[in-house]
Amino acid sequence: MNPKKVPIPEQSPAERVKNFNEVALGYTPEQAQEEASRCLQCKARPCVEGCPVNVRIPEFVKKVAEGDFDGAYRILVSENCLPAICGRVCPQETQCEARCVRGKKGESVAIGRLERFVADYAMEKMSADAPRIERNGIKVAVAGGGPAGLTCAGELARLGYEVTVFEALHALGGVLMYGIPEFRLPKKLVKKEIAGALKLGVKIEKNVIIGKSITVDELFQEGFQAVFIGCGAGLPSFMKIEGENLNGVYSANEFLTRANLMKAYDFPNSPTPVKVGKRVAVVGGGNVAMDAARTARRLGAEEVYIVYRRSEKELPARLEEIHHAKEEGIIFKFLTAPVKVLGESGWVTGMECVEMELGEPDASGRRRPVAKKGSHFVFPVETVIVAIGGTPNPLIRQTTPGLETQKWGGIVVDEATMKTAKDGVYAGGDIVTGAATVILAMGAGKKAARAIHENFQKKASG
Amino acid sequence: MYEILSKTKLNNDVEEMVIRAPYVARRCEPGQFIILRVDDEGERIPLTIAEYDSQKGTVSIIYQVVGFTTRKLSEKKAGEFIADFVGPLGKPTRLHAHKRVIGIGGGVGAAPLYPQLRKLSEMGTEVDLILGARNKDLIILEEKFRTFCKNIYITTDDGSYGMKGLVTDKLKELVEGGNQYDEVIAIGPLVMMKFVSLLTKQYNLKTSVSLNPIMIDGTGMCGGCRVTIAGETKFACVDGPDFDGHQVDYDELLRRQGMYKTEENHACRIGLGKV
Repeated sequence: MNPKKVPIPEQSPAERVKNFNEVALGYTPEQAQEEASRCLQCKARPCVEGCPVNVRIPEFVKKVAEGDFDGAYRILVSENCLPAICGRVCPQETQCEARCVRGKKGESVAIGRLERFVADYAMEKMSADAPRIERNGIKVAVAGGGPAGLTCAGELARLGYEVTVFEALHALGGVLMYGIPEFRLPKKLVKKEIAGALKLGVKIEKNVIIGKSITVDELFQEGFQAVFIGCGAGLPSFMKIEGENLNGVYSANEFLTRANLMKAYDFPNSPTPVKVGKRVAVVGGGNVAMDAARTARRLGAEEVYIVYRRSEKELPARLEEIHHAKEEGIIFKFLTAPVKVLGESGWVTGMECVEMELGEPDASGRRRPVAKKGSHFVFPVETVIVAIGGTPNPLIRQTTPGLETQKWGGIVVDEATMKTAKDGVYAGGDIVTGAATVILAMGAGKKAARAIHENFQKKASG
Repeated sequence: MYEILSKTKLNNDVEEMVIRAPYVARRCEPGQFIILRVDDEGERIPLTIAEYDSQKGTVSIIYQVVGFTTRKLSEKKAGEFIADFVGPLGKPTRLHAHKRVIGIGGGVGAAPLYPQLRKLSEMGTEVDLILGARNKDLIILEEKFRTFCKNIYITTDDGSYGMKGLVTDKLKELVEGGNQYDEVIAIGPLVMMKFVSLLTKQYNLKTSVSLNPIMIDGTGMCGGCRVTIAGETKFACVDGPDFDGHQVDYDELLRRQGMYKTEENHACRIGLGKV
């Protein structure tokens, strides 16, 4: 049997840096069946354990191998309401695929690619009819229409709850819409998959900010009997170095929101502009940094640098993103930390950096980067994008008495149920974990939905 | 969709709209702002709130027709709808009952100043006001302010109404003429707020300003609205929009406001979206 995954067709690097179309093109049915037949259908099913939402992977893969793609979709979607999205953005290499037995000798089964194939196949023919579900009359509010909130809402609606999702922006999807770029996750697909997940009668209230437009306590007064908070990571962090407020310095959030949600790549057809210089430095090594760098490249930057203070081994981004970034000519400056953004007449002209070396492991278990003495150097750039994560949005914390929060602002929950210190209030996603992945947020949303359901069942029977 | 209940032209450049927006109106307080998108393809722009009625669920915005989006907004009539209208954003102004306060409204800055001064007056504070603009036509809300302000002073650049000169000239005259104020609340163009703050600094007179930098989401997510306050970076959308006028780095903010000047001209010039 082939020790390697069936390769997935992609746009060539030379072609794709000139457009915002999706990089990976997806398997054909034949390729999917061939890849699916690599699964050993082992009894232990370690892949399922590796999945934050416990998709029954071997079962859906088996259906793919048999050519029963509809059957595969039914299994997939019973555990994961956003499979087309997860197939594209999950870090499979550290989750399901990391545990795959095939991975011990050769490459693991390409579970992510198969998930994507099945979801895309089903979406093509998905009907808009919603199955009829009896409503139980219990109102639940969900704060935030990102991966955590949507999953929680979808699960609860399936169980018969009357769910309202409150979203601060003008579009649902959270990071799926404003953060992850079109070439990695097409927005048409995001909208369609979300619509599918919510067709079970979830009510959507856009342009409502929990903590500003209405508070959590007021939601209870309005008859909601449980509230799930999935309001996301929130405020971008900056490096607190000189020159960070010069024109030409962006947070990755702003840069990507302009480019994705506000479609700045289409300026002036879209009214929101974004500035990209000939040379761009992106600070950080996560998926967001890769997204920002590759977006800058597509917006016309000739030289794009990833500036990361640790070494390649510690890069937190998905392997595929790093690989794609390199193919697209992104230049990686490892063991490099910015110390100052340089400017002239208020605009960025360069960045002063210092070389680092790795010392003893720190609290995160990764080796702590230490500055090398006398290694300062300057390189010219016109745009700096800071992608070093963020801090939780304080709006809900500040307006919800009874919530317990961490020192860094994240909401404290019971990990088994996602229940907060406040009665009837649950939370999940980045607001609990700090910046993490789409799938972890979805896992939290699902867990909370089940816990909310159990709680009401207990009340009903008790 | 948010219904435009009424639309009034205050002068050639400035219009007022009353919008039905119950979620904004219910918890709204003086000093807060909204973000709107005129249609599904629109950009998001922040606008200050001039009045609100939480019972009726309505919010009134006053805007100057200056750029691409305000022109598009201006094309809308009463009875029509705008796509998105979100708020109330920002922290409410921390208003303290004082003995005597003077407000300074420059141009369309009079609009957000109005609810703040009215509230102060309701709290028993004696309120004076300087309204300044380029010319007489651009002075707005004078009649509304008259209902509660003790003294109103008008200044215009061309002398077509009130005193010929700047709001700072009038303020200087008042303070040096012996008028005692506990606080100055200045809202208007950045340059005006900068020079008011420079002047009041000399008198050690507490000054509050309201900043309106470029922003996208208005909830702290994008960080585009960062301003330097007493040497520290703050986000105007969640930490403001009101700040101590003596601590704002105006020059940095003026520069940041100009970040998209070329693009703005571009969009207007080519008549984007058939404006």
